[in-house]
Amino acid sequence: MLTKDFIRLTGTSLLAHKLRSFLTMLGISIGITAVVLLTSIGEGLYKFVLSEFTQFGTTLVGINPGKVTTFGMSMGVFGSVRPLTISDAEALKQLSFAKSVVPLVQGNAEVEGNGRTRRTTVYGVGSAFPETFSMKVGAGRFLPDDDPTAPRAFVVLGYKVKQELFANTNPLGQRVRIGGDRYRVIGTMEAKGQVLGFDLDDTVYIPAARGLDLFNRDSLMEIDILYKEGTNVDRVVAGIKRILKSRHGRDDVTITTQEQMLKVLGSILNVLTFAVGAIGSISLLVGGIGIITIMTISVNERTTEIGLLRALGAKQTQVLSLFLGEAIVLSAIGGAVGLLLGVGLAQLLHAMLPALPVHTPWTFVMFAEGLAITIGLVAGVLPARRAARLDPVEALRAE
Amino acid sequence: MIKLEKIHRNFQVGDQIVHALDDINIIINDGEYVSVMGPSGSGKSTLLNLLGLLDQPSSGKYYLNGGDVTELDEDRQASTRNKNIGFVFQVFHLIPRLTAAENIELPLVLAGVDEEIRKQRVNHALESMNLMERAQHKPPQLSGGQRQRVAIARATIMEPSVLLADEPTGNLDQKAGLNVIETLEQLNQHGITLIVVTHDEALGARSTRSIRMLDGRIESDNTDNKAG
Ligand SMILES: Nc1ncnc2c1ncn2[C@@H]1O[C@H](COP(=O)(O)OP(=O)(O)O)[C@@H](O)[C@H]1O
Ligand SMILES: [Mg+2]
Repeated sequence: MLTKDFIRLTGTSLLAHKLRSFLTMLGISIGITAVVLLTSIGEGLYKFVLSEFTQFGTTLVGINPGKVTTFGMSMGVFGSVRPLTISDAEALKQLSFAKSVVPLVQGNAEVEGNGRTRRTTVYGVGSAFPETFSMKVGAGRFLPDDDPTAPRAFVVLGYKVKQELFANTNPLGQRVRIGGDRYRVIGTMEAKGQVLGFDLDDTVYIPAARGLDLFNRDSLMEIDILYKEGTNVDRVVAGIKRILKSRHGRDDVTITTQEQMLKVLGSILNVLTFAVGAIGSISLLVGGIGIITIMTISVNERTTEIGLLRALGAKQTQVLSLFLGEAIVLSAIGGAVGLLLGVGLAQLLHAMLPALPVHTPWTFVMFAEGLAITIGLVAGVLPARRAARLDPVEALRAE
Repeated sequence: MIKLEKIHRNFQVGDQIVHALDDINIIINDGEYVSVMGPSGSGKSTLLNLLGLLDQPSSGKYYLNGGDVTELDEDRQASTRNKNIGFVFQVFHLIPRLTAAENIELPLVLAGVDEEIRKQRVNHALESMNLMERAQHKPPQLSGGQRQRVAIARATIMEPSVLLADEPTGNLDQKAGLNVIETLEQLNQHGITLIVVTHDEALGARSTRSIRMLDGRIESDNTDNKAG
């Protein structure tokens, strides 16, 4: 049989029962719509979270005091671990792959200036902080590369703190008071907004050594290293370990690479997308059962027609493919409609709720349509096989 | 040429075996006009289905044009049906959603014949069956006689050597029935082997050879009962 005739014959029998064919397609459409919509949202979230995480670049390594016992728990919290010091950070600068090394300590404190007070997050950092975390200085400059153990009392204000304390007046050169010490404002940061729920604008930056004093700590919370792109991560980790081990006498730090983080995060988010897609697939299953039902009814109704086709010389495989063809056309068209609906709804949702990120990758679209066709194929096989195996004499006698 | 040798066809009904065909031996030459008559249940349809390769004998040999067709596999039998055998049924068996022309075209479609050639052959068939104006009509819009002529056009579109008709006039009034029989006889005059199962003594008498069946056996086989 010629392909064109095959399509024509399949088409006429589907068109002979328009409502029935439409409803069967609808079943598949709804299923595909659900799959596409849900996975679009899942994938959108994935992209969103990932971009939040990678905005600092992927060549960032964090070093925290203490060994991680279970996921996320650091022994350093309970003391008994050697402190991570500013001289540790200085020593790490000798690593050839290190583009920048930033010591970091953080806490909350009251900042007083221009007659106003605001409780905010205070970061004690090194001069390489902006380049390491892709932050931009708005006015003035960032903390200078002072002697790390005795830095001058300079402060850089986050956008929100600057607004709250100084509003529209120029804060550069002004004095502020943080936890009893006086600092001179030498710069302000550009607005950054929230990253993963943290307001990066409601902050001030002071030198790390002063941060340690302010919070009365002897250990940094973290040292961050931005390494040169193209460097092997294992080499980076090994280099850091070697230096710190020789300084501390044992391996008592936790090194977290951005790559590890992404891997863990990626697999969690993938599971999420998959789970959400699986929920959508349940409705696809229902659509598939609809096809089985309709095709079974169709084979029963057209028993004499099948007998006739055999009498006219149709091979069993031709009968099989005709009925299989109908099932596949139903599911393929239903799937295509579902795709349009799914993508359309996803975009609509995004237009109405811009905060909800949606993303429909082409591979998902192809996969969903492939899935629809596969369902048609699987659902069509049983009825079509029954049609092909009918005894022609019996079939012709039926009615 | 058709040759049946010691053909048996048994059906198991419950724990009983029905001998629908019981030791059938016949030879039918090309171009013959054979009527098959006999009481209901005597095995006429079973014989016809067997001749048309829709059914297989329980035992015995069937030679069509010299070859043993009982040995053929499903696909070969299907293609033999397509090319060498035409069926005409009492209830027409037209596909209601296809037009007259499309119904006639079906065997050509199944055989994968080109559209150009198909059009020509279908037009020719419509013309010779006097159905030109009905080409685009669907079966429900046609009279019984017209439907059967569409079925005959479909059965002969592949130019088969054998035309099998199982009570072709059974659902028609006398006038339409006569018209259908005359159409079949015309085809026979052009060389097709015509085998007609009928209840109607008058129609049976028109054939050149009359086979009478009883309880799955051939009771009598009279050649040329008309011309004597
Ligand atoms: N599929 C079948 N199963 C059981 N018995 C059958 C079957 N087909 C035919 N028969 C029996 O075989 C005999 C001949 O049937 P058939 O050829 O249809 O007779 P006719 O066409 O002469 O009326 C009948 O007794 C019928 O009941
Ligand atoms: Mg019969």
